[in-house]
Amino acid sequence: MTDVAGYERLRPGEDPPYLDRDYGSTVKRAPLQKLLRVEHTISEVTGPSFEDGWAGPDKADLTRQHKSEPLGERMIVAGRVLDEHGRPVPGTLVELWQANSAGRYMHEADQHDAPLDPNFTGAGQVVTNANGEYRFVTIIPGAYPWRNTHNAWRAQHLHFSVFGSGFAARVITQMYFPGDPLLEYDPIFHSVSDAAARERLVSRYDPNLSVAEWALGYRFDIVLRGRSATPAGI
Amino acid sequence: MRLVPTASQTAGPFFKFGLDHPEWSDLTQAGKAKGEPIRIEGRVLDGDGAPVPDALLEIWQANAAGKYAHTEDRQEKPIDRSFRGFGRCATDKEGHWHFTTIKPGAVPGRGNAMQAPHINLRVFARGLLKHVTTRLYFAEEPLNKTDPVLSSIEDAARQQTLIAVAARQAGASMVYRLDIRLQGKDETVFFDV
Repeated sequence: MTDVAGYERLRPGEDPPYLDRDYGSTVKRAPLQKLLRVEHTISEVTGPSFEDGWAGPDKADLTRQHKSEPLGERMIVAGRVLDEHGRPVPGTLVELWQANSAGRYMHEADQHDAPLDPNFTGAGQVVTNANGEYRFVTIIPGAYPWRNTHNAWRAQHLHFSVFGSGFAARVITQMYFPGDPLLEYDPIFHSVSDAAARERLVSRYDPNLSVAEWALGYRFDIVLRGRSATPAGI
Repeated sequence: MRLVPTASQTAGPFFKFGLDHPEWSDLTQAGKAKGEPIRIEGRVLDGDGAPVPDALLEIWQANAAGKYAHTEDRQEKPIDRSFRGFGRCATDKEGHWHFTTIKPGAVPGRGNAMQAPHINLRVFARGLLKHVTTRLYFAEEPLNKTDPVLSSIEDAARQQTLIAVAARQAGASMVYRLDIRLQGKDETVFFDV
């Protein structure tokens, strides 16, 4: 018997569609054919492991990668990687990348009129601990303009990449900030139609995570798909 | 109680400084992995057939014996300590990608089915609110005819969008080519996984 317990499926609206005309870049890149539903096999429930440091040493402090400290409000972002059943996901790689405090990326294609910060690259990675926890020190990213529509601005965000234990659990997402007035106008945020799923993308200010006279604390838990209780088809 | 899973959001156009490790496109640990060395390559193209220069590909595959480097693969097949099975490659300005790897062995599917040798593949990019998932199969593999995933694609022409063809020999490696078409004529078959 080679059937495996697959991953649970997301419910409608919990994930964005491919084609979303409010986000112009989807128009020529979204697949338009019906997707082929694939029942999970050993190919989908296995995936790379990172516990042995294969991906390189943790880079948890983005404010200590250069000669001096970057400009901006220092922040701690921490949380747990869990599955939808609430089980921690230990030993998985969490990658983070972001704009600097002026809203500019360390990327040749980002040429908008805001300064680069020689003391900030904006990339980090950690492997979750036995409780599925991660923690980064960074600075709050600035909002930035984009050419989706006239005078459009992206809400402030951090990009997160998480693997999970199997190929089908993988997610790349964005973390937003509570109370950001730009969220209302951000089509990428609103591509997720389910309100609870959108709320999941907004971090929470956590006074217990803040460090007095040093850094603001934001909590952001990342929830991955969980496994079905029994192998499908049995 | 069920927790709502974290939704996907696009990787955007500016991920290279965070995610791109060019050395991750070689899965063989510079030739140490056991098996038939291959290179797989192709382009990512959009609905106009234009190259996608800001895509990120990831692959996941079994070793030459058909075993995944993961605790849930309990098959009695040899583990290759020099082969982890994971790779990542960002596309260049013309949309080209490539991986240096070994040809995977066949792995079991559901029930008593055997799956043809394949490489699991996904693409992230600006304009993809969630990544696309597909597989790369190899032309002329006898198991392709009975592979449960390939056989579930009724249109023979669409099946071909998953099958890499041997393009040339490069040293000891056979080079297999497969273009990934996100949209339009010959759109790649993408999976709902």
